[in-house]
Amino acid sequence: MVPAVEVRDLSVFYGRNVALKSVNLTVQQGEYLGIIGPNGGGKSTLLKAILGLVPTSRGSIRIFGGSLQENRTLLGFVPQFSAIERRFPISLYEVILSGRMKAGLQVFARYTFEDHERTKEAMEQIGLSHLSQRQVSELSGGEFQRMLIARALVSQPKLLLLDEPTASVDATARKQIYELLAKLNEKITIILVSHDMLAISSQVSSLACLNSKLVYHGGPELNDRTVDSLYGCPVDLIAHGLPHRVLRDHTHGPGGIV
Amino acid sequence: MIQAIFEYQFMQNAVIAGILASIVCGIIGVMIVEKKLVMMSGGIAHTAYGGVGLGYLFNFPPILGAFFFAVAAAFGIGFIKRKGGTRSDVIISMFWSLGMALGILFIALRPGYPPDLSSYLFGNILSVTQADLWLMVFLALFVIAIVAILYQDWKNYLFDEEFAYVMGKPTGWLEYMLLLLVALTVVVLIRVVGIILVISLLAAPAAIAEMISRTFEKRILMAVLFGLLTTLGGLTLSYYFNIASGASIVMLSAVIYLLFTIREQVHQHRLKSEMLMQDNEQKE
Repeated sequence: MVPAVEVRDLSVFYGRNVALKSVNLTVQQGEYLGIIGPNGGGKSTLLKAILGLVPTSRGSIRIFGGSLQENRTLLGFVPQFSAIERRFPISLYEVILSGRMKAGLQVFARYTFEDHERTKEAMEQIGLSHLSQRQVSELSGGEFQRMLIARALVSQPKLLLLDEPTASVDATARKQIYELLAKLNEKITIILVSHDMLAISSQVSSLACLNSKLVYHGGPELNDRTVDSLYGCPVDLIAHGLPHRVLRDHTHGPGGIV
Repeated sequence: MIQAIFEYQFMQNAVIAGILASIVCGIIGVMIVEKKLVMMSGGIAHTAYGGVGLGYLFNFPPILGAFFFAVAAAFGIGFIKRKGGTRSDVIISMFWSLGMALGILFIALRPGYPPDLSSYLFGNILSVTQADLWLMVFLALFVIAIVAILYQDWKNYLFDEEFAYVMGKPTGWLEYMLLLLVALTVVVLIRVVGIILVISLLAAPAAIAEMISRTFEKRILMAVLFGLLTTLGGLTLSYYFNIASGASIVMLSAVIYLLFTIREQVHQHRLKSEMLMQDNEQKE
Protein backbone atom coordinates (compact mmCIF):
# COMPACT_ATOMS: atom_id res chain seq x y z
CA MET A 1 0.00 0.00 0.00
CA VAL A 2 1.46 3.40 -0.96
CA PRO A 3 1.87 5.83 1.91
CA ALA A 4 -0.71 8.62 2.15
CA VAL A 5 2.03 11.25 2.32
CA GLU A 6 5.72 10.89 1.66
CA VAL A 7 7.83 13.94 2.43
CA ARG A 8 11.46 13.71 1.28
CA ASP A 9 14.18 16.15 2.36
CA LEU A 10 11.74 19.08 2.46
CA SER A 11 13.04 22.60 3.13
CA VAL A 12 10.91 25.75 3.18
CA PHE A 13 12.24 29.29 3.50
CA TYR A 14 10.26 32.46 4.24
CA GLY A 15 12.51 35.16 2.85
CA ARG A 16 15.73 34.51 4.74
CA ASN A 17 14.14 32.55 7.56
CA VAL A 18 14.19 28.79 7.61
CA ALA A 19 10.74 27.43 8.41
CA LEU A 20 11.48 23.77 7.69
CA LYS A 21 14.83 22.12 7.22
CA SER A 22 15.38 18.71 5.62
CA VAL A 23 12.18 17.12 6.86
CA ASN A 24 11.55 13.47 6.04
CA LEU A 25 8.17 12.11 7.02
CA THR A 26 6.09 9.18 5.86
CA VAL A 27 2.43 8.97 6.82
CA GLN A 28 0.87 5.55 6.23
CA GLN A 29 -2.72 5.13 5.10
CA GLY A 30 -5.04 4.86 8.07
CA GLU A 31 -2.62 6.71 10.34
CA TYR A 32 -3.88 9.43 12.69
CA LEU A 33 -0.88 11.71 12.97
CA GLY A 34 -0.63 14.62 15.37
CA ILE A 35 1.98 17.27 14.58
CA ILE A 36 3.13 19.28 17.58
CA GLY A 37 5.90 21.73 18.29
CA PRO A 38 6.58 25.25 19.51
CA ASN A 39 5.05 28.34 17.86
CA GLY A 40 6.97 29.13 14.70
CA GLY A 41 8.31 25.57 14.63
CA GLY A 42 6.86 24.96 11.18
CA LYS A 43 3.79 22.85 12.02
CA SER A 44 1.39 24.84 9.86
CA THR A 45 4.09 25.30 7.23
CA LEU A 46 4.46 21.55 6.82
CA LEU A 47 0.69 21.18 6.47
CA LYS A 48 0.56 23.99 3.93
CA ALA A 49 3.50 22.56 2.00
CA ILE A 50 1.65 19.26 1.68
CA LEU A 51 -1.37 21.20 0.37
CA GLY A 52 0.75 23.25 -2.03
CA LEU A 53 -0.06 26.51 -0.23
CA VAL A 54 3.58 27.47 0.35
CA PRO A 55 6.36 27.11 -2.22
CA THR A 56 8.96 24.53 -1.27
CA SER A 57 12.64 25.41 -1.61
CA ARG A 58 13.92 21.85 -1.83
CA GLY A 59 12.65 18.30 -1.55
CA SER A 60 9.60 16.46 -2.75
CA ILE A 61 6.14 15.59 -1.50
CA ARG A 62 4.17 12.63 -2.84
CA ILE A 63 0.46 12.25 -2.11
CA PHE A 64 -0.75 8.62 -2.41
CA GLY A 65 2.22 7.96 -4.66
CA GLY A 66 1.46 10.80 -7.08
CA SER A 67 1.96 14.54 -7.34
CA LEU A 68 -0.31 17.04 -5.64
CA GLN A 69 -1.83 18.02 -9.01
CA GLU A 70 -2.73 14.40 -9.76
CA ASN A 71 -4.21 13.62 -6.37
CA ARG A 72 -5.59 16.96 -5.23
CA THR A 73 -9.10 15.58 -4.98
CA LEU A 74 -8.01 13.04 -2.35
CA LEU A 75 -7.25 15.83 0.13
CA GLY A 76 -9.61 17.52 2.54
CA PHE A 77 -8.40 20.72 4.24
CA VAL A 78 -9.61 22.31 7.47
CA PRO A 79 -7.86 25.69 7.81
CA GLN A 80 -7.09 27.56 10.97
CA PHE A 81 -10.16 29.18 12.47
CA SER A 82 -8.49 32.60 12.61
CA ALA A 83 -7.62 32.52 8.89
CA ILE A 84 -11.26 33.10 7.94
CA GLU A 85 -13.28 36.30 8.07
CA ARG A 86 -16.24 35.30 10.21
CA ARG A 87 -18.29 38.34 9.29
CA PHE A 88 -18.59 37.20 5.67
CA PRO A 89 -22.28 37.06 4.72
CA ILE A 90 -22.68 33.38 3.97
CA SER A 91 -24.82 30.63 5.52
CA LEU A 92 -23.52 27.43 7.06
CA TYR A 93 -25.19 25.45 4.26
CA GLU A 94 -23.46 27.48 1.57
CA VAL A 95 -20.08 27.03 3.23
CA ILE A 96 -20.41 23.25 3.40
CA LEU A 97 -21.75 23.15 -0.16
CA SER A 98 -18.66 25.06 -1.32
CA GLY A 99 -16.64 21.96 -0.45
CA ARG A 100 -18.11 20.55 -3.68
CA MET A 101 -16.63 23.27 -5.89
CA LYS A 102 -14.86 22.00 -9.00
CA ALA A 103 -11.27 22.80 -9.89
CA GLY A 104 -10.59 25.59 -12.36
CA LEU A 105 -12.72 28.60 -13.25
CA GLN A 106 -16.34 27.61 -13.86
CA VAL A 107 -18.53 29.74 -16.12
CA PHE A 108 -21.97 30.28 -14.54
CA ALA A 109 -21.21 27.48 -12.08
CA ARG A 110 -24.14 25.68 -10.50
CA TYR A 111 -24.08 22.96 -7.88
CA THR A 112 -25.64 19.65 -8.90
CA PHE A 113 -28.33 17.61 -7.18
CA GLU A 114 -25.60 15.28 -5.90
CA ASP A 115 -23.67 18.24 -4.45
CA HIS A 116 -26.74 19.19 -2.40
CA GLU A 117 -27.33 15.58 -1.30
CA ARG A 118 -23.72 15.19 -0.11
CA THR A 119 -23.99 18.49 1.75
CA LYS A 120 -27.12 17.35 3.59
CA GLU A 121 -25.46 14.02 4.42
CA ALA A 122 -22.40 15.74 5.85
CA MET A 123 -24.54 18.10 7.94
CA GLU A 124 -26.45 15.13 9.32
CA GLN A 125 -23.28 13.17 10.04
CA ILE A 126 -21.73 16.05 11.96
CA GLY A 127 -24.96 17.13 13.63
CA LEU A 128 -25.29 20.57 12.05
CA SER A 129 -28.58 20.12 10.17
CA HIS A 130 -30.53 22.35 12.55
CA LEU A 131 -28.09 25.23 11.84
CA SER A 132 -28.36 24.96 8.05
CA GLN A 133 -29.56 28.51 7.39
CA ARG A 134 -27.52 30.22 10.13
CA GLN A 135 -25.07 32.87 9.01
CA VAL A 136 -21.49 31.97 9.89
CA SER A 137 -21.20 35.11 12.03
CA GLU A 138 -23.88 33.65 14.34
CA LEU A 139 -22.15 30.32 14.96
CA SER A 140 -20.25 29.44 18.11
CA GLY A 141 -16.58 28.53 17.86
CA GLY A 142 -17.31 24.81 18.02
CA GLU A 143 -20.10 24.98 15.44
CA PHE A 144 -17.89 27.00 13.10
CA GLN A 145 -15.05 24.52 13.45
CA ARG A 146 -17.33 21.52 12.81
CA MET A 147 -18.73 23.34 9.77
CA LEU A 148 -15.18 23.60 8.38
CA ILE A 149 -14.70 19.87 8.94
CA ALA A 150 -18.00 19.14 7.15
CA ARG A 151 -16.89 21.32 4.22
CA ALA A 152 -13.71 19.28 3.92
CA LEU A 153 -15.67 16.01 4.05
CA VAL A 154 -18.24 16.65 1.30
CA SER A 155 -15.61 16.03 -1.37
CA GLN A 156 -15.09 12.57 0.22
CA PRO A 157 -11.33 12.86 0.76
CA LYS A 158 -9.02 9.98 1.69
CA LEU A 159 -6.72 12.24 3.69
CA LEU A 160 -7.95 14.96 6.04
CA LEU A 161 -5.53 17.73 7.06
CA LEU A 162 -6.52 19.95 9.99
CA ASP A 163 -4.78 23.07 11.27
CA GLU A 164 -5.50 23.68 14.98
CA PRO A 165 -9.10 22.41 14.87
CA THR A 166 -9.59 22.82 18.61
CA ALA A 167 -8.18 26.32 19.05
CA SER A 168 -10.80 28.78 20.32
CA VAL A 169 -13.47 26.19 21.10
CA ASP A 170 -14.76 25.24 24.55
CA ALA A 171 -14.16 21.91 26.29
CA THR A 172 -17.45 20.31 25.20
CA ALA A 173 -16.89 21.22 21.57
CA ARG A 174 -13.31 19.97 21.77
CA LYS A 175 -14.52 16.60 22.99
CA GLN A 176 -17.09 16.47 20.17
CA ILE A 177 -14.43 17.25 17.58
CA TYR A 178 -12.04 14.58 18.87
CA GLU A 179 -14.83 12.00 18.92
CA LEU A 180 -15.73 12.92 15.36
CA LEU A 181 -12.13 12.64 14.18
CA ALA A 182 -11.68 9.26 15.89
CA LYS A 183 -14.75 8.00 14.03
CA LEU A 184 -13.55 9.41 10.70
CA ASN A 185 -10.19 7.76 11.23
CA GLU A 186 -11.85 4.36 10.85
CA LYS A 187 -12.04 5.13 7.13
CA ILE A 188 -9.56 7.88 6.28
CA THR A 189 -6.07 9.09 7.13
CA ILE A 190 -5.83 12.17 9.35
CA ILE A 191 -3.05 14.69 9.90
CA LEU A 192 -3.72 17.13 12.69
CA VAL A 193 -1.62 20.15 13.67
CA SER A 194 -2.00 21.34 17.24
CA HIS A 195 -0.15 23.24 19.94
CA ASP A 196 -2.20 21.33 22.48
CA MET A 197 0.38 18.60 23.06
CA LEU A 198 -1.19 16.93 26.04
CA ALA A 199 -4.68 16.73 24.59
CA ILE A 200 -3.77 15.29 21.23
CA SER A 201 -1.31 12.72 22.47
CA SER A 202 -4.26 10.88 24.00
CA GLN A 203 -6.10 10.95 20.67
CA VAL A 204 -3.71 10.23 17.84
CA SER A 205 -2.07 7.01 16.75
CA SER A 206 1.29 8.66 16.12
CA LEU A 207 3.02 11.92 16.86
CA ALA A 208 5.49 14.08 14.93
CA CYS A 209 7.37 16.84 16.70
CA LEU A 210 8.61 19.77 14.64
CA ASN A 211 11.02 22.51 15.54
CA SER A 212 12.26 23.51 12.08
CA LYS A 213 13.58 19.96 11.90
CA LEU A 214 11.61 16.81 12.54
CA VAL A 215 12.64 15.96 16.07
CA TYR A 216 10.51 12.90 16.58
CA HIS A 217 8.06 10.70 14.75
CA GLY A 218 6.61 7.65 16.40
CA GLY A 219 4.14 6.48 18.98
CA PRO A 220 2.07 8.99 20.91
CA GLU A 221 4.05 8.68 24.12
CA LEU A 222 6.69 11.31 24.58
CA ASN A 223 9.67 11.30 26.84
CA ASP A 224 11.50 14.20 28.43
CA ARG A 225 14.41 14.00 26.06
CA THR A 226 12.25 14.55 22.99
CA VAL A 227 10.41 17.40 24.58
CA ASP A 228 13.70 18.95 25.70
CA SER A 229 15.12 18.93 22.20
CA LEU A 230 11.79 20.10 20.82
CA TYR A 231 11.45 23.17 22.99
CA GLY A 232 15.14 23.67 23.71
CA CYS A 233 14.54 23.70 27.44
CA PRO A 234 13.01 21.36 29.97
CA VAL A 235 9.23 21.50 30.03
CA ASP A 236 7.10 20.09 32.77
CA LEU A 237 5.05 17.29 31.36
CA ILE A 238 2.47 16.90 34.05
CA ALA A 239 -0.67 15.18 32.90
CA HIS A 240 -3.31 17.22 34.69
CA GLY A 241 -6.27 14.90 35.10
CA LEU A 242 -6.02 13.67 31.54
CA PRO A 243 -7.32 10.25 30.61
CA HIS A 244 -3.91 9.15 29.37
CA ARG A 245 -0.52 10.06 30.69
CA VAL A 246 1.84 11.42 28.13
CA LEU A 247 4.99 10.52 29.93
CA ARG A 248 6.66 7.22 30.34
CA ASP A 249 8.35 6.74 33.69
CA HIS A 250 11.15 9.17 34.29
CA THR A 251 14.46 7.75 33.21
CA HIS A 252 16.60 10.27 35.02
CA GLY A 253 16.68 11.41 38.62
CA PRO A 254 14.54 14.13 40.18
CA GLY A 255 15.43 17.57 38.87
CA GLY A 256 17.93 16.02 36.54
CA ILE A 257 18.45 17.63 33.18
CA VAL A 258 20.17 15.45 30.63
CA MET B 1 -33.65 70.02 -11.88
CA ILE B 2 -35.90 67.34 -13.40
CA GLN B 3 -36.62 69.74 -16.22
CA ALA B 4 -32.90 70.36 -16.67
CA ILE B 5 -32.31 66.63 -17.05
CA PHE B 6 -34.70 66.54 -20.00
CA GLU B 7 -33.42 69.74 -21.50
CA TYR B 8 -29.66 69.51 -21.25
CA GLN B 9 -27.40 66.84 -22.63
CA PHE B 10 -24.79 67.46 -19.89
CA MET B 11 -27.40 66.71 -17.20
CA GLN B 12 -28.40 63.49 -18.94
CA ASN B 13 -24.74 62.52 -19.14
CA ALA B 14 -24.31 63.31 -15.46
CA VAL B 15 -27.24 61.13 -14.40
CA ILE B 16 -26.13 58.20 -16.58
CA ALA B 17 -22.56 58.54 -15.26
CA GLY B 18 -23.89 58.54 -11.69
CA ILE B 19 -25.91 55.38 -12.30
CA LEU B 20 -22.98 53.56 -13.94
CA ALA B 21 -20.64 54.62 -11.13
CA SER B 22 -23.08 53.37 -8.49
CA ILE B 23 -23.44 49.96 -10.08
CA VAL B 24 -19.73 49.20 -10.44
CA CYS B 25 -19.01 50.76 -7.07
CA GLY B 26 -21.60 48.60 -5.35
CA ILE B 27 -20.24 45.39 -6.86
CA ILE B 28 -16.51 46.06 -6.59
CA GLY B 29 -16.86 48.00 -3.33
CA VAL B 30 -18.38 44.99 -1.54
CA MET B 31 -15.63 42.75 -2.88
CA ILE B 32 -12.73 45.00 -1.86
CA VAL B 33 -14.17 45.83 1.55
CA GLU B 34 -14.52 42.09 2.16
CA LYS B 35 -10.98 41.39 0.89
CA LYS B 36 -9.54 44.43 2.74
CA LEU B 37 -8.26 45.98 -0.47
CA VAL B 38 -9.64 49.49 0.05
CA MET B 39 -6.26 51.12 0.54
CA MET B 40 -4.87 49.21 -2.42
CA SER B 41 -7.68 50.69 -4.51
CA GLY B 42 -6.65 54.12 -3.24
CA GLY B 43 -3.11 53.38 -4.41
CA ILE B 44 -4.32 52.33 -7.86
CA ALA B 45 -6.45 55.47 -8.16
CA HIS B 46 -3.64 57.85 -7.20
CA THR B 47 -1.18 56.13 -9.52
CA ALA B 48 -3.60 56.94 -12.34
CA TYR B 49 -2.73 60.62 -11.89
CA GLY B 50 0.58 59.88 -13.64
CA GLY B 51 -1.44 58.81 -16.67
CA VAL B 52 -3.50 62.00 -16.60
CA GLY B 53 -0.25 64.01 -16.67
CA LEU B 54 1.12 61.89 -19.52
CA GLY B 55 -2.05 62.51 -21.51
CA TYR B 56 -1.65 66.27 -21.14
CA LEU B 57 2.05 66.08 -22.06
CA PHE B 58 1.56 64.09 -25.27
CA ASN B 59 -1.88 65.42 -26.18
CA PHE B 60 -4.00 62.31 -25.89
CA PRO B 61 -7.14 62.01 -23.74
CA PRO B 62 -5.97 62.05 -20.09
CA ILE B 63 -8.62 59.47 -19.17
CA LEU B 64 -6.87 56.95 -21.45
CA GLY B 65 -3.59 57.68 -19.69
CA ALA B 66 -5.35 57.15 -16.36
CA PHE B 67 -6.70 53.85 -17.69
CA PHE B 68 -3.26 52.49 -18.62
CA PHE B 69 -1.60 53.72 -15.44
CA ALA B 70 -4.35 52.25 -13.25
CA VAL B 71 -4.10 48.86 -14.96
CA ALA B 72 -0.29 48.91 -14.72
CA ALA B 73 -0.51 49.83 -11.03
CA ALA B 74 -2.97 47.01 -10.37
CA PHE B 75 -0.70 44.41 -11.93
CA GLY B 76 2.44 45.97 -10.42
CA ILE B 77 1.07 46.00 -6.88
CA GLY B 78 -0.36 42.50 -7.32
CA PHE B 79 2.90 41.12 -8.71
CA ILE B 80 5.17 42.57 -6.00
CA LYS B 81 2.74 41.53 -3.26
CA ARG B 82 2.61 38.00 -4.64
CA LYS B 83 6.39 37.68 -4.90
CA GLY B 84 6.48 38.45 -1.19
CA GLY B 85 9.20 40.26 0.66
CA THR B 86 7.90 43.79 1.08
CA ARG B 87 4.79 44.56 3.08
CA SER B 88 1.81 45.46 0.95
CA ASP B 89 1.09 48.80 2.65
CA VAL B 90 4.62 49.93 1.80
CA ILE B 91 4.21 48.91 -1.86
CA ILE B 92 0.86 50.70 -2.02
CA SER B 93 2.33 53.92 -0.62
CA MET B 94 5.22 53.76 -3.12
CA PHE B 95 2.85 53.42 -6.08
CA TRP B 96 0.53 56.03 -4.58
CA SER B 97 3.19 58.74 -4.28
CA LEU B 98 5.18 57.76 -7.39
CA GLY B 99 2.06 58.04 -9.55
CA MET B 100 1.26 61.49 -8.16
CA ALA B 101 4.88 62.59 -8.59
CA LEU B 102 4.95 61.45 -12.23
CA GLY B 103 1.72 63.33 -12.89
CA ILE B 104 3.19 66.53 -11.47
CA LEU B 105 6.41 66.00 -13.44
CA PHE B 106 4.63 65.41 -16.78
CA ILE B 107 2.48 68.48 -16.34
CA ALA B 108 5.52 70.58 -15.45
CA LEU B 109 7.24 69.37 -18.64
CA ARG B 110 4.26 70.41 -20.75
CA PRO B 111 4.89 73.72 -22.53
CA GLY B 112 2.45 76.60 -22.00
CA TYR B 113 -0.04 77.25 -19.23
CA PRO B 114 -0.77 74.38 -16.85
CA PRO B 115 -4.20 72.82 -17.55
CA ASP B 116 -7.01 72.80 -14.97
CA LEU B 117 -6.65 69.47 -13.29
CA SER B 118 -9.28 69.85 -10.61
CA SER B 119 -11.88 67.87 -12.57
CA TYR B 120 -9.54 64.86 -12.56
CA LEU B 121 -8.53 65.29 -8.93
CA PHE B 122 -11.94 66.07 -7.49
CA GLY B 123 -14.29 65.01 -10.26
CA ASN B 124 -16.96 66.95 -12.06
CA ILE B 125 -19.97 64.89 -12.94
CA LEU B 126 -21.47 67.83 -14.86
CA SER B 127 -18.58 67.87 -17.35
CA VAL B 128 -18.86 64.21 -18.41
CA THR B 129 -18.69 64.13 -22.21
CA GLN B 130 -20.30 61.71 -24.65
CA ALA B 131 -16.88 60.06 -25.21
CA ASP B 132 -16.33 59.67 -21.46
CA LEU B 133 -19.74 58.10 -21.21
CA TRP B 134 -19.02 55.50 -23.88
CA LEU B 135 -15.80 54.52 -22.12
CA MET B 136 -17.69 54.28 -18.82
CA VAL B 137 -20.45 52.14 -20.35
CA PHE B 138 -17.91 49.77 -21.87
CA LEU B 139 -15.88 49.41 -18.66
CA ALA B 140 -18.97 48.99 -16.48
CA LEU B 141 -20.35 46.26 -18.72
CA PHE B 142 -16.98 44.48 -18.66
CA VAL B 143 -16.83 44.61 -14.84
CA ILE B 144 -20.43 43.38 -14.46
CA ALA B 145 -19.89 40.55 -16.97
CA ILE B 146 -16.69 39.26 -15.35
CA VAL B 147 -18.27 39.27 -11.89
CA ALA B 148 -21.51 37.64 -13.08
CA ILE B 149 -19.90 34.90 -15.19
CA LEU B 150 -17.55 33.73 -12.42
CA TYR B 151 -19.91 34.60 -9.55
CA GLN B 152 -19.54 31.34 -7.57
CA ASP B 153 -15.77 31.39 -7.97
CA TRP B 154 -15.61 34.97 -6.72
CA LYS B 155 -17.69 34.12 -3.71
CA ASN B 156 -15.55 31.11 -2.81
CA TYR B 157 -12.37 33.13 -3.36
CA LEU B 158 -13.56 35.97 -1.14
CA PHE B 159 -14.73 33.75 1.71
CA ASP B 160 -11.68 31.48 1.96
CA GLU B 161 -8.90 31.94 -0.55
CA GLU B 162 -6.69 29.13 0.78
CA PHE B 163 -9.47 26.58 0.65
CA ALA B 164 -10.36 27.64 -2.89
CA TYR B 165 -6.72 27.15 -3.87
CA VAL B 166 -6.60 23.69 -2.31
CA MET B 167 -9.76 22.83 -4.27
CA GLY B 168 -7.91 23.71 -7.47
CA LYS B 169 -9.13 27.27 -8.12
CA PRO B 170 -6.54 29.55 -9.77
CA THR B 171 -6.62 32.07 -6.91
CA GLY B 172 -3.58 33.98 -8.18
CA TRP B 173 -5.43 34.60 -11.43
CA LEU B 174 -8.55 35.67 -9.53
CA GLU B 175 -6.50 38.12 -7.46
CA TYR B 176 -5.00 39.78 -10.56
CA MET B 177 -8.44 39.85 -12.12
CA LEU B 178 -9.95 41.53 -9.06
CA LEU B 179 -7.20 44.16 -9.09
CA LEU B 180 -7.84 44.73 -12.80
CA LEU B 181 -11.56 45.19 -12.07
CA VAL B 182 -10.63 47.69 -9.34
CA ALA B 183 -8.48 49.60 -11.85
CA LEU B 184 -11.34 49.73 -14.36
CA THR B 185 -13.77 50.83 -11.64
CA VAL B 186 -11.38 53.60 -10.62
CA VAL B 187 -11.33 54.86 -14.22
CA VAL B 188 -15.13 54.86 -14.31
CA LEU B 189 -15.18 56.87 -11.08
CA ILE B 190 -12.51 59.45 -11.93
CA ARG B 191 -14.91 61.63 -13.94
CA VAL B 192 -17.54 61.40 -11.20
CA VAL B 193 -15.67 61.93 -7.91
CA GLY B 194 -12.04 62.33 -8.98
CA ILE B 195 -8.84 60.50 -8.13
CA ILE B 196 -8.52 61.77 -4.58
CA LEU B 197 -12.10 60.96 -3.58
CA VAL B 198 -12.48 57.59 -5.27
CA ILE B 199 -11.98 55.42 -2.22
CA SER B 200 -14.84 57.06 -0.36
CA LEU B 201 -17.34 56.03 -3.02
CA LEU B 202 -15.86 52.53 -3.14
CA ALA B 203 -15.86 51.99 0.61
CA ALA B 204 -18.84 53.90 2.05
CA PRO B 205 -21.79 52.27 0.21
CA ALA B 206 -20.29 48.80 0.78
CA ALA B 207 -19.66 49.52 4.45
CA ILE B 208 -23.24 50.76 4.96
CA ALA B 209 -24.59 47.72 3.13
CA GLU B 210 -22.51 45.48 5.40
CA MET B 211 -24.35 46.82 8.44
CA ILE B 212 -27.84 46.09 7.18
CA SER B 213 -27.72 43.00 4.95
CA ARG B 214 -27.15 39.38 5.79
CA THR B 215 -26.50 37.75 2.44
CA PHE B 216 -23.79 38.51 -0.11
CA GLU B 217 -26.31 39.14 -2.90
CA LYS B 218 -28.33 41.55 -0.78
CA ARG B 219 -25.16 43.30 0.30
CA ILE B 220 -24.24 44.05 -3.32
CA LEU B 221 -27.79 45.21 -4.07
CA MET B 222 -27.84 47.53 -1.04
CA ALA B 223 -24.41 48.92 -1.90
CA VAL B 224 -25.64 49.78 -5.40
CA LEU B 225 -28.75 51.46 -3.95
CA PHE B 226 -26.71 53.51 -1.47
CA GLY B 227 -24.34 54.40 -4.30
CA LEU B 228 -27.31 55.70 -6.32
CA LEU B 229 -28.58 57.65 -3.33
CA THR B 230 -25.23 59.34 -2.76
CA THR B 231 -24.27 60.04 -6.38
CA LEU B 232 -27.68 61.31 -7.49
CA GLY B 233 -28.19 63.12 -4.17
CA GLY B 234 -24.72 64.64 -4.49
CA LEU B 235 -25.47 65.63 -8.06
CA THR B 236 -28.60 67.44 -6.88
CA LEU B 237 -26.67 69.29 -4.18
CA SER B 238 -24.00 70.15 -6.72
CA TYR B 239 -26.61 71.48 -9.16
CA TYR B 240 -28.45 73.70 -6.68
CA PHE B 241 -25.54 74.98 -4.61
CA ASN B 242 -22.96 75.06 -7.39
CA ILE B 243 -20.32 73.07 -5.52
CA ALA B 244 -17.96 70.46 -6.97
CA SER B 245 -19.90 67.23 -7.50
CA GLY B 246 -17.07 65.06 -6.14
CA ALA B 247 -17.10 66.95 -2.86
CA SER B 248 -20.89 66.89 -2.45
CA ILE B 249 -21.09 63.16 -3.26
CA VAL B 250 -18.34 62.27 -0.80
CA MET B 251 -19.78 64.46 1.96
CA LEU B 252 -23.21 62.94 1.48
CA SER B 253 -21.84 59.39 1.63
CA ALA B 254 -19.81 60.22 4.75
CA VAL B 255 -22.90 61.65 6.47
CA ILE B 256 -24.99 58.58 5.59
CA TYR B 257 -22.21 56.28 6.77
CA LEU B 258 -21.97 58.19 10.05
CA LEU B 259 -25.73 58.00 10.63
CA PHE B 260 -25.74 54.25 10.07
CA THR B 261 -22.75 53.78 12.35
CA ILE B 262 -24.56 55.64 15.12
CA ARG B 263 -27.72 53.60 14.49
CA GLU B 264 -25.66 50.40 14.73
CA GLN B 265 -24.07 51.52 18.00
CA VAL B 266 -27.44 52.43 19.51
CA HIS B 267 -28.84 49.10 18.37
CA GLN B 268 -25.97 47.15 19.93
CA HIS B 269 -26.26 49.15 23.15
CA ARG B 270 -29.99 48.41 23.36
CA LEU B 271 -29.42 44.69 22.77
CA LYS B 272 -26.83 44.63 25.53
CA SER B 273 -28.99 46.41 28.09
CA GLU B 274 -31.96 44.19 27.22
CA MET B 275 -29.85 41.12 27.86
CA LEU B 276 -28.60 42.53 31.16
CA MET B 277 -32.19 43.31 32.21
CA GLN B 278 -33.26 39.75 31.48
CA ASP B 279 -30.34 38.53 33.55
CA ASN B 280 -31.40 40.70 36.47
CA GLU B 281 -35.01 39.52 36.25
CA GLN B 282 -33.87 35.91 36.33
CA LYS B 283 -31.76 36.56 39.40
CA GLU B 284 -34.69 38.17 41.22
